[in-house]
Amino acid sequence: MKNRILASLAGAILCLGPAAFAQHSVILATTTSTQDSGLLDVLVPMFQKQTGFQVKTIAVGSGQAIAMGRKGEADVLLVHSPEAEKAFMADGPGLNRRLVMHNDFVVLGPQADPAGLKAAPGAAAAFRKLAAGSFTFVSRADQSGTHAQEKKLWKGAGVDPAGRPWYLETGQGMGQTLNVASEKKAYTLSDRGTFLAMRKNLGLAIVSEGDASLANIYHVIEIDPAKFPKVNAAGGKAFAAFLVSAPAQEVIRTFGKDRFGSPLFFPDAGKKDN
Amino acid sequence: MELLWEGIRKAFDLLRTLDPEVLGITLFTLKVTLLATLASLVLGLGAGLALALTQFPGRRVVISLVNTGMGLPPVVVGLFVTMFLWRNGPLGGFELLYTPSAIILAQTVIATPIITGISVAALQQLPPDLRLQILSLGATRPQMLWLLVREARLPLLAAVMAGFGGVISEVGASLMVGGNIKGSTRVLTTATVMETGKGNFDVAIALSLILLALTFAVNAVLTHIQQRERPR
Repeated sequence: MKNRILASLAGAILCLGPAAFAQHSVILATTTSTQDSGLLDVLVPMFQKQTGFQVKTIAVGSGQAIAMGRKGEADVLLVHSPEAEKAFMADGPGLNRRLVMHNDFVVLGPQADPAGLKAAPGAAAAFRKLAAGSFTFVSRADQSGTHAQEKKLWKGAGVDPAGRPWYLETGQGMGQTLNVASEKKAYTLSDRGTFLAMRKNLGLAIVSEGDASLANIYHVIEIDPAKFPKVNAAGGKAFAAFLVSAPAQEVIRTFGKDRFGSPLFFPDAGKKDN
Repeated sequence: MELLWEGIRKAFDLLRTLDPEVLGITLFTLKVTLLATLASLVLGLGAGLALALTQFPGRRVVISLVNTGMGLPPVVVGLFVTMFLWRNGPLGGFELLYTPSAIILAQTVIATPIITGISVAALQQLPPDLRLQILSLGATRPQMLWLLVREARLPLLAAVMAGFGGVISEVGASLMVGGNIKGSTRVLTTATVMETGKGNFDVAIALSLILLALTFAVNAVLTHIQQRERPR
């Protein structure tokens, strides 16, 4: 039975041609925001053309991307969950964590802003207002970078939202969570890029922004081949080097300007990291 | 409602202009699901014949398991196939995860019990004396099997349609083992999930309509074969 499955598989591989040239494929584990905003649709083909590597982009939350890195199931990570990244680096499976770009998180809510967050001084005050008035809040709840940031903001506000009736957990990506928040006329936290890219279909507006605690920082991390011999080290290294190279940084600087009026990301390669 | 019409219009636009990406995803979906259905047919019909025509202890338990497998949730299959195919998993050496082959493998796991289960029922429904009759007329064993399959072809083609329906509609397994990689492992269902997530409802509706049309087309062909010569 097993042999027959393998035989039919072998047949399938032959039929499908060059799908599995392992040496030339790089597994990039990244966040949904980089895919949903469309940035990777520009950067990945550019990299593939330049180097001949094929990139397999697996768009999951930062938490899952880091988990893939921990098991050596990815070659390079592009993630935005600084605290989880630092823990990951301290544990040893990562190499060469480098700053790539940033944008910021924004607190979104219904156009009418029933909780009056626009008047709140800063993100912590805004989150306290949400909890005090029991306004519906939609959480990613998927261990993504955005979710990690959201938990940090609740902590800063001195509120534990877990289990409250107004706290909805979707467990899904940013795009899907924005749709839910929009339909439920609820508040949510999003990275600015995904929000701008999806704004046309959403009944949501920015109700709090600009606070220093809302910075959203993306790093690239290579996976250490010394820990996981099966990792495509050359491919991961090439992709990381590409992301911080001048041409890629230029794409990041201008990406989305034409469609959304303002860029979605700000390039940061080579800047001091803190 | 307006959104639905917009979606239908978009679907026709995408088809009329032969949008290369949508066309690629559609053809890829067709290729993967047909290969998976074919593999499942070979495995499922073989297993179905074995289960229907032989007696052995525990046979009923095996058939119960197969019948349970007909409702195997695709996400469960996706999870287990993913774990087997991980680089550091038992089949990691084949480097199949996030390739089209991985999707075919997972879909084969989903469809094989469906085809096996219906095949067993179809073959058991044949008159029990038929086998003896065929053999007594001097047929060899392979000839006998072939005649039985021919005799049961109507329900067996229904089995193929059910298997195909199971794999073309599933999204959980394809997403997990394929990774929804643009230009490589993106199928109609995973693309629909992604476009919905991005809020591109018009494109999502368009992809859904294409998926329905594709399912209809394949089933129409299979039904045509099934009904070609009406049994007396």
